[in-house]
Amino acid sequence: MSRLRLLLNRLVTHLMDRMFGDWQADRVVPPTGQTVWLTVFAAATMAYLAVFAMALALATGRLAATWEADLAQAVTIRITAPDAQADAQVAAVLTLLGTTEGVETARALDADDQKALLAPWLGTDLPLDRLPLPRLVEVVQDGDLDVEGLRLRLVAEVPGAVLDDHGRWREPLVRAAGGLRTLGWSALALIAATLAAVVTLAAQSALSANAQIIRVLRLIGAQDAYVARAFTRRFTLRAAAGAAFGTVAGLVTIAFLPEAETAGGFLTGLGYRGVGWLMPVLIPFFAGLMAFFATRRAAFRALVRFE
Amino acid sequence: MAGAQAPERNGDHFVIELQGAGYSYDGTGLLSDLTTAFAPGSFQFLTGPSGAGKSTLLKLCYGELKPTKGAVLLDGRDSRQVGRDGLARLRRRIGVVHQDCQFVDHLTVRDNVALPLTVAGRDPAAEATNLDQLLGWVGLANRANATPPQLSGGERQRAALARAIIMDPDVIIADEPTGNIDWEMSQRLLALLAELNKLGKTILVATHDLALIRAAKPLVAARVLRLAGGTLTTAGAEL
Repeated sequence: MSRLRLLLNRLVTHLMDRMFGDWQADRVVPPTGQTVWLTVFAAATMAYLAVFAMALALATGRLAATWEADLAQAVTIRITAPDAQADAQVAAVLTLLGTTEGVETARALDADDQKALLAPWLGTDLPLDRLPLPRLVEVVQDGDLDVEGLRLRLVAEVPGAVLDDHGRWREPLVRAAGGLRTLGWSALALIAATLAAVVTLAAQSALSANAQIIRVLRLIGAQDAYVARAFTRRFTLRAAAGAAFGTVAGLVTIAFLPEAETAGGFLTGLGYRGVGWLMPVLIPFFAGLMAFFATRRAAFRALVRFE
Repeated sequence: MAGAQAPERNGDHFVIELQGAGYSYDGTGLLSDLTTAFAPGSFQFLTGPSGAGKSTLLKLCYGELKPTKGAVLLDGRDSRQVGRDGLARLRRRIGVVHQDCQFVDHLTVRDNVALPLTVAGRDPAAEATNLDQLLGWVGLANRANATPPQLSGGERQRAALARAIIMDPDVIIADEPTGNIDWEMSQRLLALLAELNKLGKTILVATHDLALIRAAKPLVAARVLRLAGGTLTTAGAEL
């Protein structure tokens, strides 16, 4: 048992050393205050922004999916007819829908329903009976509805009825939500690239400040990986720590944003839902990973340049 | 080089060979067509006027520079063909002492001396006895916890020598090791180098101090090479 523990301990130490550099290597390089704060501050700021960019991407993704699913599931039939014929045409449409495959439910909206629909734009004291409004039939489909076939049947059997599958305004909305989602992920990519650039600059600065030590290390037989690890360890840990702080700050800010249900607007729905709250946990890991590779690359380039 | 013959490989001993090696800085030739070999277990002094290229020649010998002409063989391997990691491994078999010592100033003398072990992946704690013996041998046992800036010139040179030999190298190269220290300390350092040579180490010392070379005569059978005008000659009895 103790041998197994020793083996595991060695394995973990080896992996940690390979990943972050060993403590001895780290000790050789004196800490430089300027690069510490630059890295930590940049990582915290970028992580804070990343929390919002990720929230935007996730929220717009949810929105696009909701619009796509909800609106695609429902179609509306609009009946424009003189008052005397309106009820008959609605009945004809309902009869037709009753024999149409793929229709789950069909319901004619009454005056109260229509009033509720128009209330956000025209107010609640609406004299609907004085307005020449078309009659509406709401159809919920089960996925097998042949929309084009239904449209043709309506033209033939109920000439005053027009089928609206919401495609005309649904597609631009879904496209817009998709665009916002792309914007969110692009912002995340830009944030990652910016963090990598800042860490690279900080690492280059630290490497230049320690050029003499690097020369000594090379002289006594240090391989490039050893020298690089002395720097990657501290930059990785600094970036991860800074990003953890920024992520927590970002999540607290998000948590205090007004709820969508309360304020009712789209942008107030910016946030995380369910397991989505776990995704920002990845930000410090990615920040550390980014810093690791940025520092390693800068170190290897500097080592070749110094000699 | 007149009179210099390539020695035979001696088992696992490390041999440095120059085969028509030359070096130019920005197209200006500093060293040209140098051919010699440093036999295992030999003691060599490299002398010559300032600016003759002694340090450059030493750098060629431990792979910090690569020849712009000809070849330098380190343990039989052409230094131009050896990759950076391979070169680092070769350097663990060559201890180098510089005039300015080149320490990591925020580490203690003990840690500086142990640094080659650390970079080679060995645990200095496991070799503490060797480390203590070595520090005692160079007379720095009571200065082990001092930092390099706290040491005198002679102490720094001895600490640099200790760091150079901690890995038990085959070759020790010293570039003007007595340049910054007094005569008494120079002789003490020379005695340490002579002792290492008796243990079978190849020693190559660059110096412009002819008195030091004369002082070495009773201690070791040293070959003296003179570098001047970009070429290498064996110095005669005039030294």
